Amino acid sequence: MKLNVKINGRKKTFEISPDEFLVDTLRNNGYIGVKQGCDTGTCGVCTIHLNGKAVLSCVLLSAKVEGQEITTIEGVQKEAKEIGKYLVDEGVDQCGYCSSGTIMSIIYLEKCIKNPTDDEILYYLNGNLCRCTGYIGQLRAIKKYLEGKYNENSKQ
Amino acid sequence: MKTVSSSISKLDGMSLVMGKAAYTDDFVPKDTLVIKVLRSPHAFAKIKNIDTSIAEKVPGVECIFTYKNVIRKPYTRAGQCYPELAPYDKFLLDNYVRHVGDDVAIIAAVDEKTATKAMKLIKVDYQILTPVLDLKQAENSTLVHPEKDIFTQLQVGFKRNKNIVAQIDFELGDTQRALKESEIILKRTYNTQAQAQAMMETQRSYTYLDNYGRLVVVTSTQIPFHVRRILSNALDIPMSKIRVIKPRIGGGFGAKQTAHSEFYPALVTLKTGKASKIVYSRREVFRGTTSRHAMTFDITIGADRDGKINAIDMNGLWDTGAYGEHAYTTLGAAGKKVLTLYNKVKACRFGGKALYTNHVPGGALRGFGVTQGTFALESAINELSKELNIDPIKLREENMIKKGETTPLYNMTTKDAGKEPMYMDSCLLEYCVSRGKELILWDEKYPMKKITPTKVRGVGMAISQQGSGIPKVDMASATLKLNDDGFFTLLLGATDIGTGSDTILSQIAAEALDIDINKINIYTADTDLTPFDSGAYASSTTYTTGNAIIDAAEKMKNLIIKYGAKYFNTVEKNIVFSNSNIIKKDSNEIISLEDFSKKITYNMLFSQLTATGSFVPKKAAPPYMAGFAEVDVDIETGKVEIVNFIGVVDCGMAINPKLAKVQVEGGIVQGIGFALYEEAKYTKEGKLINDTFMEYKIPTRKDIGNIYVELADGYDETGPYGAKSIGEVVINTVAPAITDAIYNACGVRVRDLPATPEKILLQLQLDGSLSCIND
Repeated sequence: MKLNVKINGRKKTFEISPDEFLVDTLRNNGYIGVKQGCDTGTCGVCTIHLNGKAVLSCVLLSAKVEGQEITTIEGVQKEAKEIGKYLVDEGVDQCGYCSSGTIMSIIYLEKCIKNPTDDEILYYLNGNLCRCTGYIGQLRAIKKYLEGKYNENSKQ
Repeated sequence: MKTVSSSISKLDGMSLVMGKAAYTDDFVPKDTLVIKVLRSPHAFAKIKNIDTSIAEKVPGVECIFTYKNVIRKPYTRAGQCYPELAPYDKFLLDNYVRHVGDDVAIIAAVDEKTATKAMKLIKVDYQILTPVLDLKQAENSTLVHPEKDIFTQLQVGFKRNKNIVAQIDFELGDTQRALKESEIILKRTYNTQAQAQAMMETQRSYTYLDNYGRLVVVTSTQIPFHVRRILSNALDIPMSKIRVIKPRIGGGFGAKQTAHSEFYPALVTLKTGKASKIVYSRREVFRGTTSRHAMTFDITIGADRDGKINAIDMNGLWDTGAYGEHAYTTLGAAGKKVLTLYNKVKACRFGGKALYTNHVPGGALRGFGVTQGTFALESAINELSKELNIDPIKLREENMIKKGETTPLYNMTTKDAGKEPMYMDSCLLEYCVSRGKELILWDEKYPMKKITPTKVRGVGMAISQQGSGIPKVDMASATLKLNDDGFFTLLLGATDIGTGSDTILSQIAAEALDIDINKINIYTADTDLTPFDSGAYASSTTYTTGNAIIDAAEKMKNLIIKYGAKYFNTVEKNIVFSNSNIIKKDSNEIISLEDFSKKITYNMLFSQLTATGSFVPKKAAPPYMAGFAEVDVDIETGKVEIVNFIGVVDCGMAINPKLAKVQVEGGIVQGIGFALYEEAKYTKEGKLINDTFMEYKIPTRKDIGNIYVELADGYDETGPYGAKSIGEVVINTVAPAITDAIYNACGVRVRDLPATPEKILLQLQLDGSLSCIND
């Protein structure tokens, strides 16, 4: 069947099978920044945005997103660079495999809450598992990023 | 020092976090065949008949393999140097299946859907056998390996007809006598569970034939050179016909120190000539690969009332599951890297047996046996401190190994160590303990305090060591090539599995060559192009490969001086290489490395300068750690929450303190999962219950409390610029420190990990431990 979607601002049409999951559709069509870590919607590695909201693409049937808007890490390279720099500066890029999903969740967090508390950061990112870093450094990085951004905004 | 001891960021970090193509599955060629593996639903069965005729007719199916049409040749999947200590007990496919998830058939098709459809149409008639699931009965049970053609390369105590994979026994002094002469004897049994590595990227590989007809294997592995050798052995093709390439790796933790996913596409590509790939599902990882060996340890400690520990006797049973990969080596590590902590004993003894069962095989996981042994011994030491009524920190200070000390055990348990004592001149364990004590405010907090009427808070601690590579076994090498604009290519067989070793090793090269790190281009792990490296395991990369780089850099500097002398038409003694310049001393003439490299390439001498260095560790260079836990126990539910975990680590001189610290933080969190809830559980038929992330829970960012880490200011003269290892030592103290904190909080001693709320609550209710809290 045909799937019509807008991905990263561009209209696309893909040939899909009715039982295909979105993570596979995306990866098969070159959006390889989207990774997969489980197949049960548990690890957060496959996080993308559907109509601006963070969702897990490994448990979302492609057929269900007909006509909707998808954003992958490829579509937010500017933000990914900005946020990623803080992760890398803190040394919590590590294997990097969960990073694109984590960054998609950070972007969504920012959208939902201005100047979030530690608890809010942990709540919004709880679904993004990471086995390398122990999370502590990621929290440090996210706080520095948000503080940096907040300070910049208040200067303007 | 310019570049080492500096917290630079990972050189490839930005590309990884921004989602650039980096990992195995990001590079798979178009129209690659997709492979599915049919796996056993039974813990133990004989395949009476297998019928693939219908499956083969599914349009799009390329080929199907069963035990009937692959070669039968025993091999081991364990990533170890040759000859391996692991038994050759695996076949590509066999007519016996020995654990749920064991491989039965390999299906290659045009896409995943077709392969899956065909897989479901394969008819297998199993004769179900009684599985061996009770470790203690394993020696007297049905044989997990009834076939007679399996064997070991080395003497490891392998007894197929008793289900014994390996046995280790060593003793220092007369343990029996030292125990007899002790005033207090403590006897305990501890159990640790099978833990999953749970790296985020599952195992995966793809293969194709290159233009010369050679098999190219692109794979997410920690051991590219071992994979080449293992494949050559298993598939019975010359090693020279195989090339293994490792892209970026999405975590390993030991899971990828065993070859798994490589065999299937290799078989398919060799048969069809077409590219093929397999990506493991998460369930497949749980069922079809390895986990940390479950173990049970009986410990007897003899001590005097004043706190002098006289003797330690450890006896371990090791559940190695259906195949013996990493059984002997993890078992050995559990003894030698644990007992050496207490060097003042009169005697100690270690006995261990690794047994086959029909569980999913045990394998390598960060800590590699030392985690299990440390839990047992450090728990026993904590229990002893209660018996003696001596503060556990004081008990350790009196008995543990300190700077400049040694024990003959280091010689006994290190290959070709000779008789010269190995002094631990760089050991800062004493500092780690005292600094951790200070940081957690031990004297204020030990042993416990009531927080609310239903919540109690306790502290606990433990110490640990690991190794830095494996002396006289695991070798690494490095090649440096001077390019025609004064920059270097650094070729390494080492594998960065996310630790940042590519960056750390570039730092070492830059330091050794006294040049800017931007002048180093690193390329790692391609068996055709890079020199040998045993792989990313045994906490070896920084220490072993780092030393190989220094060796290569020394040779390169000598070459530059030699060719510099030719260039200036003088003697070598008259040349110095410093700060990227070649200087003729007597006349002070200078040529920059950029100009020099251009000249010798294009205008004169016409020489390519390359230098290769190699290194194998000569002696034990253990890193040390002291870990301190502060936990809250809810006495109504038994739930444990981590309030603080403090880790102080002696890793020698940290080449990159930032990346080293993250190793510690990550290791502690993995240890928290091990201590409190992670466990591969089986039904009584031997089926894994929790084989997805839905059921098998690893810590999330809300489960970990406050973690604080410091590195001691250490220096080991055998390490590259003083560095020792860090990757594994960091997980070992967590479980014993946490379980002692639980005991100090509420009086419940958990000797069987993980310390789940159920176990704690049950004991609270059973033994009335609450009375001490409630009065």
